[in-house]
Amino acid sequence: MSVKQDGGFDIGRLLLEGRAFFALIAIIVVFSLLSPFYFSVSNFLTMSSHVAIFGLLAVGMLVVILTGGIDLSVGSTLGLSGVVAGYLMQGVTVDALGVILYPPVWVVVILTCALGAFVGFINGALIAWFKVPAFVATLGVLYVARGVALLMTNGLTFNNLSGDVDLGNTGFRWLGFNRLFDVPIGVVILVVVALTASVMLSRSAFGRWVYATGGNARAAELSGVPVPFTTITVYVLSGVCAAIAGLVLSSQLTSAGPTAGTTYELTAIAAVVVGGAALTGGRGTVRGTLLGAFVIGFLSDGLVIVGVSSYWQTVFTGAVIVLAVLLNSIQYSGRAKTAPAGSGTPPSPAPVTPS
Amino acid sequence: MNAAPAQRVEGHIVLSARNIAKSYGSVHALKGVDFDIRRGEVTTLFGENGAGKSTLMKILSGVVIPTSGQILLDGAPVRFASAADASARGISIIHQELSLAPNMSVRDNVFMGREIRTLTGVDFAEEARRTRALMRDLEEDIDPATPVEDLRLGQQQIVEIARALSVNSRILIMDEPTSALSASEVEVLFKVIRDLTAKGVSIVYISHHLEEALQITDHAVVLRDGAMTAKAPRAEIDLEWIVRNMVGENFDLGRPPTGYAMGPVALSIEDAVVTEPSGHAAVDHLSLSVREGEIVCVYGLMGAGRTELLEAVAGRTRLDGGRVLFAGRDVSRLSIAERIASGLALVPEDRQRDGLVQTMSVGENLSLASIGAFVTGLFTSPAREKVLVDRSIERVTVKTSGGDAAIGSLSGGNQQKVVIGKMLATDPRVLLLDEPSRGIDVGAKAEVFRLLAERAREGLAVIFSTSEVGECLSVAHRIVVMRRGRISAEFGPDATKDAIMAASGESVSH
Repeated sequence: MSVKQDGGFDIGRLLLEGRAFFALIAIIVVFSLLSPFYFSVSNFLTMSSHVAIFGLLAVGMLVVILTGGIDLSVGSTLGLSGVVAGYLMQGVTVDALGVILYPPVWVVVILTCALGAFVGFINGALIAWFKVPAFVATLGVLYVARGVALLMTNGLTFNNLSGDVDLGNTGFRWLGFNRLFDVPIGVVILVVVALTASVMLSRSAFGRWVYATGGNARAAELSGVPVPFTTITVYVLSGVCAAIAGLVLSSQLTSAGPTAGTTYELTAIAAVVVGGAALTGGRGTVRGTLLGAFVIGFLSDGLVIVGVSSYWQTVFTGAVIVLAVLLNSIQYSGRAKTAPAGSGTPPSPAPVTPS
Repeated sequence: MNAAPAQRVEGHIVLSARNIAKSYGSVHALKGVDFDIRRGEVTTLFGENGAGKSTLMKILSGVVIPTSGQILLDGAPVRFASAADASARGISIIHQELSLAPNMSVRDNVFMGREIRTLTGVDFAEEARRTRALMRDLEEDIDPATPVEDLRLGQQQIVEIARALSVNSRILIMDEPTSALSASEVEVLFKVIRDLTAKGVSIVYISHHLEEALQITDHAVVLRDGAMTAKAPRAEIDLEWIVRNMVGENFDLGRPPTGYAMGPVALSIEDAVVTEPSGHAAVDHLSLSVREGEIVCVYGLMGAGRTELLEAVAGRTRLDGGRVLFAGRDVSRLSIAERIASGLALVPEDRQRDGLVQTMSVGENLSLASIGAFVTGLFTSPAREKVLVDRSIERVTVKTSGGDAAIGSLSGGNQQKVVIGKMLATDPRVLLLDEPSRGIDVGAKAEVFRLLAERAREGLAVIFSTSEVGECLSVAHRIVVMRRGRISAEFGPDATKDAIMAASGESVSH
């Protein structure tokens, strides 16, 4: 993006722009040296299935942050989705008919995703139509969704999620436990969601609207971009991502608790930021966000493996986030300097008229 | 002309700038300018938009550091590290854009950053007393406790002036201080300026109201394209001298395209009303139509309602009355996107705020309004987008290394061409341009107008607004003058500058 077309190989710039990638390599190398158990395919797959949860939230969060917004409600939406899925798996009693309905797993999955979309729609409508600042709107929804999850369960956890062969609703465990060619299903889902999001952002008209809305909403609107539609849709997508993450997590745990996912929204934001996206909107990629999620996930799992206290993990994660934001501001301020301020004048000499 | 003020003895030079140059990347905002400020005199700086006036003033007040050149204060070279540094040496500036905190009171704004402190905190009573005294000098009845957001724009400007006066500066720079003031407020300001100069304060004055500036000035300096073109004491100059030096003697933006027949009426605005939240009618029952192939110039002063009119026609704001007929149907309830799709596009006034997406490349900006043209099914086609972008770059002659270049790497004129190219790529039948020449150099201006003339020849209907008379007289087939939300006069291309300016309310005989 530099104006100067310098032909030299700029190592500093390369390190800066690929920082999340190099950080991930460094983390893998350091922990492999510290622990003999770290560097193995099975450990990587286990860590990846942890990353999948945050990764799914982070991809949804990225799309929101690209428009210049923020979605604080994803952790609660994740918890609520798990609880609703658990509730549906227990069977729905319809008093009027005197029957208990046991919806099959695919119906549960669809209903849960629809719930996530609905929560996202509320966020988006508050922000786009009622002009509530994104931070406040999603903060409110964070509390409401968590409260509903607690109300639904009375604070208890649904444990029986495996279904019953007789009722034909087995298979919920598949999401969290099964593997496709040895890869956990959760990771496969993350890859599919990430690829879809990546193609959507880089190749669809909607993706262009997302970047334009985050870069300059006024200019986008005057160019005919449907800014309110774009805003609402990104929150719906984030809500769906949170619901999917909720399904994968409750399947991995074979239980759905109302407090699941508390503070996960902060980890998701951290992954997006570590991945190089600008919180002001308009800049960021799915690839970067995934790298960010893996950096955070591999770092905290690595610290567990080498036996560092969980209090230190918190400190390290925080330091990584602050460092990432510092580097972001270095990268973007370098770009801003290339933009001349406002008006321009030509280099042609003007004749001086003597008075 | 008024009689020139009595000949004074040449004032002692307080501050002089020698060979000041300032570059932003490849853009040269100032190219070796000399500038003197004399004790107790008013020096006025004239020049068109983008001539470098504001940049020079920002350098003299320490806001901007010059690329090269020297500043001598009382004959000794100085370097201003910051605006606070310059202010400590007695130089203060009233910026063109108001820099007040609207949520705070008049008193707090006047003393912002220089609060009168005592052992027990801020001495609000003393601050209020001094603010009241300043307001008395300015003959403005504003209570120091009023929040600034409750004041009219003109009163806010008064507060800004009061703040600059409260520092007791030796040199006071006023960048467009009267743009929002009423005639009587201007009179008061001029009286204050005369009081100040009598006390030995030096004033640097910038204004687009040439007549008004001539009333108060002792010395005139003219800038054009970042270089000084002329300077002279008041006694030797008149309005014609200023205009000639501002725009250049053989300055030509082209002339209206001829030799083809205009088509039927493409767009007609009927009885349009736009009301501001304050209840004031920015556009007041205005009707205007434009034919295919016709270029209409809307001339008017700041606040005449030009922007409000064009934004309502383009769909950014709603009309509070009247309708917009385009291609035979009323489009005043359609969204911006629907209007663009049907062939009605706006190039907004402020390209940084409303025109460009700074985080996107030149190509992505050019294609932003016509994404639909290169989408197949769900996906965009990079190949077809590149064709569209390359064609736009060629058509509007953007000087860039290619579609992938950062938008920030372009000069102001080329950025403006990108905004125009973006809207032309939607194949409009009516193009609205709000101040298309704002902040771009003369060369780029001529290219922009050549482009409009070319497209008009192909049948495009063009309405553009401007606050520079010379531009109206160059390419427009018809000149419409707006004043207080209404059309006050209409001229053909053979009108005179004086007639147009008079119709706009810029009274030549003040």
